[in-house]
Amino acid sequence: MLTGLSLSCLAGAAGADPQHRSRLADLVVQECGSCHGLTLRGGLGRPLTPEALADRPADLVRDIILDGLPGTPMPPWRPLLSEGDAALIADMLKNGDLP
Amino acid sequence: MITRRALAAGLPLAAVVAPAVQANTAPQRGTGDLGLVIERAAGSVLVVETTGRSILGRVEGLGDLSHASVVFSRDERFGYVFGRDGGLTKVDLLDRRIDRRIVQGGNAIGGAISDDGSLVAVSNYEPGGVRVFDAATLDLVADVPAVSGNAARSKTVGLVDIPGRAFVYTLYDAGEIWRLELPKNASPKITKLTNVGKLPYDANVTTDGRHYYAGLFGEDGVVHVDLWQEPLKATRVLDGYGRGEAPLPVYKMPHFEGWGATQGALFLPAVGRDELIVIDNATLQEAGRVATHGQPVFAVARPDGRHVWVNFAHPKNGVVEVVDTLSLKVIRTLQPGPAVLHLEFTPRGHEVWVSARDSDAVIVYDSRTFEEVARLPAGKPSGIFFTHRAHLIGR
Repeated sequence: MLTGLSLSCLAGAAGADPQHRSRLADLVVQECGSCHGLTLRGGLGRPLTPEALADRPADLVRDIILDGLPGTPMPPWRPLLSEGDAALIADMLKNGDLP
Repeated sequence: MITRRALAAGLPLAAVVAPAVQANTAPQRGTGDLGLVIERAAGSVLVVETTGRSILGRVEGLGDLSHASVVFSRDERFGYVFGRDGGLTKVDLLDRRIDRRIVQGGNAIGGAISDDGSLVAVSNYEPGGVRVFDAATLDLVADVPAVSGNAARSKTVGLVDIPGRAFVYTLYDAGEIWRLELPKNASPKITKLTNVGKLPYDANVTTDGRHYYAGLFGEDGVVHVDLWQEPLKATRVLDGYGRGEAPLPVYKMPHFEGWGATQGALFLPAVGRDELIVIDNATLQEAGRVATHGQPVFAVARPDGRHVWVNFAHPKNGVVEVVDTLSLKVIRTLQPGPAVLHLEFTPRGHEVWVSARDSDAVIVYDSRTFEEVARLPAGKPSGIFFTHRAHLIGR
């Protein structure tokens, strides 16, 4: 079921307006950074730099964001992020398009 | 004024005058009320004092400080800051400058200082293991790779000091707990406990240096080691304590650092559940649960143990709850601002400093009235560390 939060995220992702993008980028750096490092070079979680993700297709990265990796601490973000948001984050990670 | 004694001692005039001039420009002060606040994104730390609740200065150039932590020298003058990027920086709190800095590994998670203050140990993810440095010079003293059997090097977590120039830590990938002893004038000695459980993600020791607990991520339960009983033995306690059926997604790993220790009990954050679990240190049994606002990250006891203050994982991290340790009920809810990352009590607990990352502020509360008594600007603050940790085992 889509919550109000994810609906508004979806709408934002479709347009990918700069404000929404920067909110998502902030989420990646701050929240993903807790495990993957602020610079995304890894921590308890793997590195998420473009080089580290080079052999991972963007839709696989998106699906891991949405559904997590069972048996590891990587949680499913589906309750908090829309598919569009996850796809946008996957692109940002693969392109190194983060502040 | 030149004293008769100086003249009688035949000291040259300059020798008497110079120190007096220096004292006028930089007044002497103690360090027992000082601390460091990590500015996570900028790679800087604030030197703060808790008597007047003010910022004394900022020290920059400490690298990637996500998940940074600090231990202090026995004289409470120097803070050793452990950065994510493997940086180990010795910060002079009085002169507010970097005394020494090395990048000792590729990816680090924390550290500890030995009881005699002479050794600083760093817990590394990459290359997995523990490295020990001379606290004065930061020269390498020992390099202990976390290699178990034929497996690859393990990330290490939950590194603490225990009495006797020794450290205890946990191998995340291998599921082991190691004690590393570094006696003076003798070879280092490692005691390994193997197969303790799946993915132990963090650990800590009680401040008497006796009970070491490691939380498991890969299965339900907590591992306990009684460091007073030889030979060391890892025992599973609280089976089924944490994740149980259909655990909630965990958006921030809970921390054992700063667990609530009080009256022989420990208040631990449950993994993937909106509650704290209370362990009785005498029986090693669950002594109760506390329902909370979200998934706890830190559960920090006020030093007298009467209350435990709790912060929470994303996205419920704008709230701090205060738990009464007698009734096991939440008695107060505070809203310091979005993204509360850490809290630290003054040495005897009259006030508590709370970092609110997304408000770019550190908020100070009176711990009895719960009133906000000060608000200090800080850039994306995370960990707050006061110098009295220098005199606590395992901190």
